[in-house]
Amino acid sequence: MDRIPILRMGSFLLVTIQVDLYDRLALTLEADLVQMVNKTNAKGVLIDISAVSIVDSFMGRIIGNIASMSKILDAETVVVGMQPAVAITLIELGLPLKGVHTALDVEKGMNLLKSMIDEVVEEDLDEDDSVSE
Amino acid sequence: MKTLSIFRRKTLIVKFIQDRNLAYQFTMSLNSYKLLQNKKKNILEKWMNNQLSDEGLREDLISNEELRYQSEELIDALVSNLSGESFSDLMSEEWNSVIEILSGISITRARQGFSPRETGNFVFTLKEALLNVLQEEIGEDSKLLFEESMKITRLMDNLSVITFETFIKGREEVILRQTDEITEISTPVIRVWDGILALPIIGTLDSARTQVVMENLLQEIVDTGSSIAILDISGVPAVDSLVAQHLIKTVSATRLMGAECIISGIRPEIAQTVVHLGIDLSNIITKASLASALAYAFKTMRLEVRKINSVQK
Amino acid sequence: MKSWRKTWTKMILSLSKDPVKIVREQDVILFRNRVKEMAVKIKMGLVNQTRLITAASELVRNMLRYADGGNCLIEVVSRGRDNGIRLTFTDQGPGIADIDLAMKDGYSTGKSLGLGLPGTKRLVNEFNIKSKVGEGTVVTIIKWANG
Repeated sequence: MDRIPILRMGSFLLVTIQVDLYDRLALTLEADLVQMVNKTNAKGVLIDISAVSIVDSFMGRIIGNIASMSKILDAETVVVGMQPAVAITLIELGLPLKGVHTALDVEKGMNLLKSMIDEVVEEDLDEDDSVSE
Repeated sequence: MKTLSIFRRKTLIVKFIQDRNLAYQFTMSLNSYKLLQNKKKNILEKWMNNQLSDEGLREDLISNEELRYQSEELIDALVSNLSGESFSDLMSEEWNSVIEILSGISITRARQGFSPRETGNFVFTLKEALLNVLQEEIGEDSKLLFEESMKITRLMDNLSVITFETFIKGREEVILRQTDEITEISTPVIRVWDGILALPIIGTLDSARTQVVMENLLQEIVDTGSSIAILDISGVPAVDSLVAQHLIKTVSATRLMGAECIISGIRPEIAQTVVHLGIDLSNIITKASLASALAYAFKTMRLEVRKINSVQK
Repeated sequence: MKSWRKTWTKMILSLSKDPVKIVREQDVILFRNRVKEMAVKIKMGLVNQTRLITAASELVRNMLRYADGGNCLIEVVSRGRDNGIRLTFTDQGPGIADIDLAMKDGYSTGKSLGLGLPGTKRLVNEFNIKSKVGEGTVVTIIKWANG
């Protein structure tokens, strides 16, 4: 059966979805990804959907699930590269993907993940340093 | 769900036309019809005189020669395309050319800026001319004159209705084109800084415009890789719950793509109405002015604007 | 213009018909591609295409989930100068007892998010649903190319 490859980049996992997901493929991805987060002790998951032209409520639910499951395993999820048409459609459909972080591209997503993880570390060490005017 | 086949629809339409035809069925006596055909020149002269003596003649918009040409064309079509039987039957094929010419004239006049009255007069003066000729020819027999006049009146009234319908259609087209143009030009997306976009909205924000604004903004965000967009609504006259909904939609879509959207240019009156209407904008970053929105954007991007210390001589 | 002509142009005419059977979940992708093809043919904008296909996707999934599949009819329709796509989804499933309730945001009998029907309605220009308990459901949607 087809599988969406999951790449490991340091403490992050990168998934690039290049094909239209049918249900079983999406469910497999969800399972694989959660397994992978657990196995590699990843701190962040990047899902690149720039090549995806349709996100319906099923697919939206899968993305939301991945984010919630990863969160329980102490990893943040960032969805990157959503097409404008997809974003508009999701909002109109009533699916704002709450709890999922987003970024414009993989690079910005990576930075976002890094800053989120840094913040956690910083908070532990020193709380005054981050704000300056 | 019953779907009508094309064939069934066509038969329906034919039936519909037949029903309509019954209402229009009245045959002009062969004599009067022939009479009008013979008196074509006479009618045209009378008509032209009527038109030229009219106070509302727009010599600034149309030359006398052109007017004469249009009138002649219509009369030619009116007289030559008609057979005795179809005279009263506006639905028959013979009328197509007349209606086409009339619609064409009406639409051009709408575009040229004629008033409805001036356009309508084109047909009304023809009616007058026709009735004049009729009276001259069968003036003796008042019963026949009345009958024939009624027929002409009914026919010309139908034609004037068509004139008005097309006139309005012509105007509507002008309005639609302008609306499109306004939507196009009134939503510029400006790159104010590397990674910061601004979109000043001027005028009322309805769903059609929100659509254009949203699509332009999101596409520009992708194209420039900007992570902050400022939506400035200082030029929006009023914010009701529908406009607010559109704004919230735009902000949410921007966030889904991974950029932040700030709404700026909120006047005190707008802040008041928003609260009075019970619209929740707490999830949206709002700023009073474009300047403070820009300052906020700089801060989130960790940029700083400073005054340079006085230049040393 | 003749007045009957006006009436005529307001009527929705079907220009082409393309029936598709939905029985497996893989048919969803196939069906979506077919709809996309048609939408591109009538020069529908990208955002409207996405709305239409997403709406179609929602309805097809409903059909698979609740009625084990059904039939879809893809039509290119025209109304005056507007061209559009009409999709008719017919199933022989259990039917919907209370359509008004099903059209409310946040309601769902399945384990989905409960935004299927009302969300779908927001994405298209015309949305029509008829259902009879025990007999099945018919949903018709239209998206105009410039709507």
